[in-house]
Amino acid sequence: MTYLQAISDGLRVEMRRDERVFVIGEDVGVYGGAFKVTLGFQEEFGPWRVLDSPLAETAILGACTGAAIMGMRPVAEMQFADFISCGWDHLVTVAAKQRFRAGTPVPIVVRLPSGGGFSGGPFHSQNPESSFAHIPGLKCVCPATPEDAKGLLISSIEDPNPVLFFEHKHLYRRIKGEVSEERYTVPLGKARTHREGDEISVITWGAMVYTADEAAKELEKQDVSVEIVDLRTVMPWDREAVLASVRKCSKVLVLHEDTRTGGFGAEIAATIAEEAFEDLDAPVKRIAAPDCPVPFAPVLEKAYIPQVEDVVAGLSELAAY
Amino acid sequence: MVRGSLELRRRSTRDGGTHAAMAVREAEPVGSLNEVKEAGLDREDLLAIYRHLLVTRGIEERGHILYKQGKIPGSFYTGRGNEGAAVGVATAMGPDDVGTPLHRDMGVHVTRGVEPWRIFAQYMGREDGPTRGRDGNVHMADARLGMIAMVSHLPAMLPVAVGCALAFRIRHERRVAVGWYGEGAAARGDAHEAMNLAGVRQLPVVFVCDNNQWSYSTPTHLAYPVEHLADRAAAYGFDGVVVDGTDVLAVYREAKMAIEKARDGGGPTLLELQTLRMEGHAVHDDAFYVPKELFEEWAKRDPVERFRTWLRENAELRDDEEDEIASRVKKILNDALARADESPLPDPATLLEGVYATSEDLDTPHHK
Repeated sequence: MTYLQAISDGLRVEMRRDERVFVIGEDVGVYGGAFKVTLGFQEEFGPWRVLDSPLAETAILGACTGAAIMGMRPVAEMQFADFISCGWDHLVTVAAKQRFRAGTPVPIVVRLPSGGGFSGGPFHSQNPESSFAHIPGLKCVCPATPEDAKGLLISSIEDPNPVLFFEHKHLYRRIKGEVSEERYTVPLGKARTHREGDEISVITWGAMVYTADEAAKELEKQDVSVEIVDLRTVMPWDREAVLASVRKCSKVLVLHEDTRTGGFGAEIAATIAEEAFEDLDAPVKRIAAPDCPVPFAPVLEKAYIPQVEDVVAGLSELAAY
Repeated sequence: MVRGSLELRRRSTRDGGTHAAMAVREAEPVGSLNEVKEAGLDREDLLAIYRHLLVTRGIEERGHILYKQGKIPGSFYTGRGNEGAAVGVATAMGPDDVGTPLHRDMGVHVTRGVEPWRIFAQYMGREDGPTRGRDGNVHMADARLGMIAMVSHLPAMLPVAVGCALAFRIRHERRVAVGWYGEGAAARGDAHEAMNLAGVRQLPVVFVCDNNQWSYSTPTHLAYPVEHLADRAAAYGFDGVVVDGTDVLAVYREAKMAIEKARDGGGPTLLELQTLRMEGHAVHDDAFYVPKELFEEWAKRDPVERFRTWLRENAELRDDEEDEIASRVKKILNDALARADESPLPDPATLLEGVYATSEDLDTPHHK
């Protein structure tokens, strides 16, 4: 099943199992969502569990919070992750802080088709997970495989907190994998070793897992063994798994598609410097998009998003250090 | 008839001739005891309303003293002049209805049954305040009493109230959500998004606009360009009603009608409750920018005094009853202050508790 089908399957499984779960978003009903994740859902679950909303992100997210406090388990779809900026205030001001301030948990999931690679331009390509990982009270999930996408989505719906579920659009139909038809969960906050290695560790998530994988295959030809740690969840993130891999390999590359300055990779690099300095045989290396909006023209976008050759170059530098 | 700057606005709007007059209903003032009985209130209910008004005002007056004594950290906000509006709406709500009251709506907390000592503990940042010192002043709510704690970013709670109503609609429950905002926050997009969604889906929600004429120092003519904020309801496909917010019984009657209409599937209503904010935005603000004559004019319409007079003239409120209620309220407040003062400060070691919820937290009245 594709990555997209796995997300759809996870959502359907939960909606069949738990009548508190409902979906709200722009064009999610008859149209099935801009990417067709909820295609056929309205026929199965009816118009009051698959709600086409007005074009109003704050209303969508605020309504999710209210319904969640009243005992529902809402799953909102932002048509593109970029549009979450219109609902930033609600998520950060109300949803993220309500449990801490007022003791009221807000179990909502916000699905966010994110990421670039197909000339979506500045407003249909962003990866805003770092902005939200910075906000205490929110969780950020970034699956890379179909199996994880389904299991992490179900865990996110079960979770008693606001969870931002970043679905990489470039993986939707490109990545396929074995996915159980059964209901299963993948725990939030646990990384996955995508590839075993013992010389250089790559810490990454989302679509960059595959970029790293191709680069690792190149390095293998040069007899350099690369390990890839797929974080799967950016907040909470699996510090132990990252530090264990760093200690094993002694060299580390932090890779993400979001921009560099203040990106979540900076937090990971700082933690490695604090906790594993003595275990390092080279400075921590970061590869990320440059500090620039996502450009439209394919040649510019290619220069923006980290490419396999960029990662190969970075890994080779580390190998030679 | 509401006077003061609202009256000035009406005249200037009409003279300007550029704004189409909308047909909102302006609620009649409340009349006789019989009329009130028809609206569902017996004499005991009326005395309870009176007591809630006095407790509300008393809490805020005592709070002011606590602030001056240095016992309240941060700032301090009151809803003086808005007691009737808040108590009136809360009295009209059913036990299973929910709401998102704001910083001028202490009367809602009092009427819904929050114990005053917990409110003082909240003011003072103590462990027994509803937010356990995590948040201050009226940023609090007891979820068991059907309330959701406000945030400073007004009117951010309106979409949340709409979401509560959406849950009731999905589950076919005969419950209603009440969302509060002010005439200042009416300028922000959250209000539009919330009302539009509520109108599209005809959800069981009542929007209450506490129009106290001053958004901090900004007067209404710089905040909105229509005659009444309730005019906007028509644009969302539901009714708007303008009510004198100093007339607790008129507020009750209109809120009751709106809430029961919503409960019966009739969709939302926007109630604009007109008052004057009788103090500054917060304790540091002396409201020098509000014309003195306006304060004098509205002081004559004090909601507590107005209702007391009504009770004496229409419900045979006797001197001995009045004294008894007054001394009972005084005792409630004295006991509450003493008990709050004994409440411990929150333990800094618990700082990180509750940043993230656990599944046990979902064991609330709402998350079954």
